[in-house]
Parts: sequence; structure tokens; C-alpha cells
Amino acid sequence: MTVATYAGKEVTVNSEGFFEDPSVWDEEMAPEIANSFGVPELSERHWQVIKFMRHEYETKGEGPSVRALGKSSGVSIKELYELFPKGPAKLAAKIAGIPKPHGCI
Amino acid sequence: MTKNIVILGGGTGGTLVANRAKKVLHDLDVAITVIDQDNEHLYQPGLLFVPFGLKAPESLVRNRKNQLKRGINFLKAEVVSVDTASNRVHLASGDSISYDVLVISTGNTLQIEETEGLSGSGWGKNVFTFYTLEGADALNRALAKFSEGKLVVDIIDVPIKCPVAPLEFCQLADWYFKQKGIRDQIEITLVTPLDGAFTKPVCNRELSGLLRSKGIEVITEFNTGQVDGVSKKLVSYDGREVAYDLAVVVPLHGGADFVGRSPGLGDELNFVTVDEFTLQAKVAPNVFAIGDAPNLPTSKAGSVAHFAGEIVVENIGHYLQGEPLSALFDGHTNCFIESGFHKALLIDFNYETEPLPGHYPSAIGLPLLRESKLNHIGKLLFEKLYWYGILPGRNIPGIKSLMPRMGKRFENQEKGS
Repeated sequence: MTVATYAGKEVTVNSEGFFEDPSVWDEEMAPEIANSFGVPELSERHWQVIKFMRHEYETKGEGPSVRALGKSSGVSIKELYELFPKGPAKLAAKIAGIPKPHGCI
Repeated sequence: MTKNIVILGGGTGGTLVANRAKKVLHDLDVAITVIDQDNEHLYQPGLLFVPFGLKAPESLVRNRKNQLKRGINFLKAEVVSVDTASNRVHLASGDSISYDVLVISTGNTLQIEETEGLSGSGWGKNVFTFYTLEGADALNRALAKFSEGKLVVDIIDVPIKCPVAPLEFCQLADWYFKQKGIRDQIEITLVTPLDGAFTKPVCNRELSGLLRSKGIEVITEFNTGQVDGVSKKLVSYDGREVAYDLAVVVPLHGGADFVGRSPGLGDELNFVTVDEFTLQAKVAPNVFAIGDAPNLPTSKAGSVAHFAGEIVVENIGHYLQGEPLSALFDGHTNCFIESGFHKALLIDFNYETEPLPGHYPSAIGLPLLRESKLNHIGKLLFEKLYWYGILPGRNIPGIKSLMPRMGKRFENQEKGS
């Protein structure tokens, strides 16, 4: 566990950078988290995904996988990879301040 | 009054739950009906062997109805949807069937169309799957003719049925081409969206080493977005490419289509959302799901259907008597991993415990996480056990639903994770 500072607030994150406590996240932190993971600017499309992640987490208790995002966030999987390179579900979850989506087995 | 237990799907999970319920719940005045769209029960673990000519396709199929105990109704019908508010199953014929308890065991549906180009010009020519009987048979003919080039085994996404099957396929291919004396003219590559050959650390280390020792390359974190059958390459969503001459693809898996048409029943991929311990559906207390159909956070494997089967039957009994659902599934899974040259590994794990070395089912037994001839024999004998022990819902001596801790070397788990 480490402490990171986003939008002037200290938060604890795990070794991979996921928030330990999603409730301390707010929208002001998102651009700085994104920056620190190589996403220079958050567009409206980024925000659509981030808000969807938050909503899913708040209603279902966990973040969606990339397949689920592609089916229900309104953003295709191809575009998700453009917006959040490498691992869209993981990266978007970090920026949205929610835990790592369940790795399927 | 007689209670109707309706079971959708007459595969591994559905059949063993029906037979076990018939035996265990006989005091409760229940009528059991199994519905399936066809009458062909496929021994799915056998699919792996078909491409290599080690199993004849027709030897893997038996009559579904004949696997059910006397007194269980079998209905051949296609399910359109389930209305959990009125406790009715709607059929394609326009009829509907009412239930007191519903068990969903309709397994996976391969989502071939979800991957761009997968069903395109390469399908059946240079792109195959062994996840269907027809596919495995077609691949058998393709492998027989394959004499040089790149053989690529590609997992589109997880979860998949039997997550070790693609690894087994690679190792059997290594054996197959060595037997033919042409292994040095063939490159074998496993392409996976995961960050290793297997998700759990100790097992991943063991399996990765095994693949490496056989000269099988593993390309990780590759999320296939497109299969280009014309220029014969896989393209990932982030623009990476893997060229192939023969691609063996494990398509995206989802649940049955009717789940998607039944409000509240499933998730985005049509897997039934359940409580991972009781196997009760989130949508209604009288609906359960078993086998590959639920969204359990464990492998999709016949052993899971087997171990969870006892739990589901017990909980159906509790539900019908108005008792709390006290039988809890621990995620127990075990799989033989065929590694070629008449050897196999065995892994045994659950929600909490990753596959560890040791022995199963106890300190004396089959070696875990280690290649051995004994495990290979176990895998072959398993087919008989499947038809005559597991499907009839018998108690198998020494084999319990919950994962045994005895025989496992736990100290390795700390080091590995």
C-alpha cells in the first residue's frame, strides 16, 4: 500500500495503483490519476466510460470487464483500447477510483 | 402436492442434478423434468483428443435421455425465455411449463460472431476450433495434412470451458508432430489475453516451464480483435499482429441466448448471476444455476458441475422445506492436464486456495501439479467414471464436494503469491 496525492488530497492505493477506498474518489482527481498512468487528457468519451464504471461499481459492487464495457457502456471495445491503452477495464477502473475488476479464471 | 423441478439442459450438470435429486429428494414428492434442445449428450473432455485421432467423434456421444434415471421426464424442446415472476419457462413451440424450482444448466454458447473475421474466409480452411464436435473433427483432417509452418492456438477471451484445454492442445500437438518426425518444421504458439499461461502463480510457474521445455512459445496479454483469414494473421485490439498458417481458436464464451431474453436472469455475457456459495440465482429464490451456466468466479469445468451438483440438490431440498440454504460451495475444481507422451498433471483448487503441489484426494493419491503416467491413466479412466459414476449422481468413494486440504503443500502458496 502506498499513498498518492491527487487534486491535493492524499489517498491510499494498492501496489498496482487501485484505490483502497473508492468513496474518497472525486471527479477532480480523475485527470491527475489519468495523467500518472499515461493518459494525458480526458475527453468526453473517456468520461462516459469513467462514469459508467462508477455507476456499475456503485450498483453491482464491482467494476465491469472489457467485454461487459463493450456491450453496455456505449463505447466499442476497439475504441476502449484507443481511449485506455493496453488494458481498458483495468486502466479505467484506476482512473474511476474503483477496485480492480474481477480477473476471470 | 407434487412440486415440479424443471431442469434446463441435459449435459453434465443437469443430468447429475436430476439423478441426484431423484435419489435424495424422494421423500419430498417431486416431479423432475429435464429439457434440452437435442438428445445428444457429448462427453466434452473427449473433444481435446479428436484432432489428434486419439478419439473417434462418434464414441463421445450418447443418448441424453438414457443417462436419466427412470421416473425423470425428458422433453426435447427449445427454450425461448424464463419468466421468473410467474415461474414459467416459455418454449419455441409456444407452450410454456410451470415450475416450483428451476435449475439452469445450459452451459456455454460459443460467440463466434463477436470476433471480427473469425467466421470469415479462413473458417474451416486455416481457422478451426476444437470446442465443438464438428470443429474437432474438421481440425483432425487439417492437422493430418499440416506439415510445416506456424500453428497458433488463440484464446479470444476468458472465461472459457476448461481453461487448461488450450495448454493441453499445445502439448498434444508437440507430441503429435514429434511422432510424425516433423516437429522441427512446425512452430507452436499459445496466444492468450492473460498475463501468463494460467492465472494462479504456482500453477502458472509450473505450466509455463513445461511449455517452454517443449519449445512452445507463449504470447501474453493479447486481446484478439480480428482474425484475418486472408493474410492469415491475428490482430489484437491494440494493433499487435501474430501470423499463422493454422489457427486453432477458442471463441468467446457466453451463456445461453434465452438467458439474455429473460429479464434480470443474467449478466452481459448471459451467464446467470448467482450467489457463489449457495448457487441460488440473484433474480429469484427458486432458481438455481449450475455447471458453466452461472457467473461463478472459478473455472468452467465439469468438475465444478460435479462438486456443485451435490450442493444444489441439498439446497433445493432446503428451499422446498422452507429452510435456510445451508449447503455452501467452496469453488472446488480439479482438472487433469494432458501433457503428451502418456503423461498428465492434476490440479485441485477452490475459491481460496490456488493449485498447489502434493497429492489428491489425500496424502496418498495422484500427484498434484506434477507430470506423471498415473495422472494420464486417471484421465483416461475418468471417461468411464463420468458415464457410470458422476452422471448417475453416485457418491464416489474418497471424492468429496469440498476441496481436501490434506495432501497439499501449503507452504508453496505463500512463496508463490
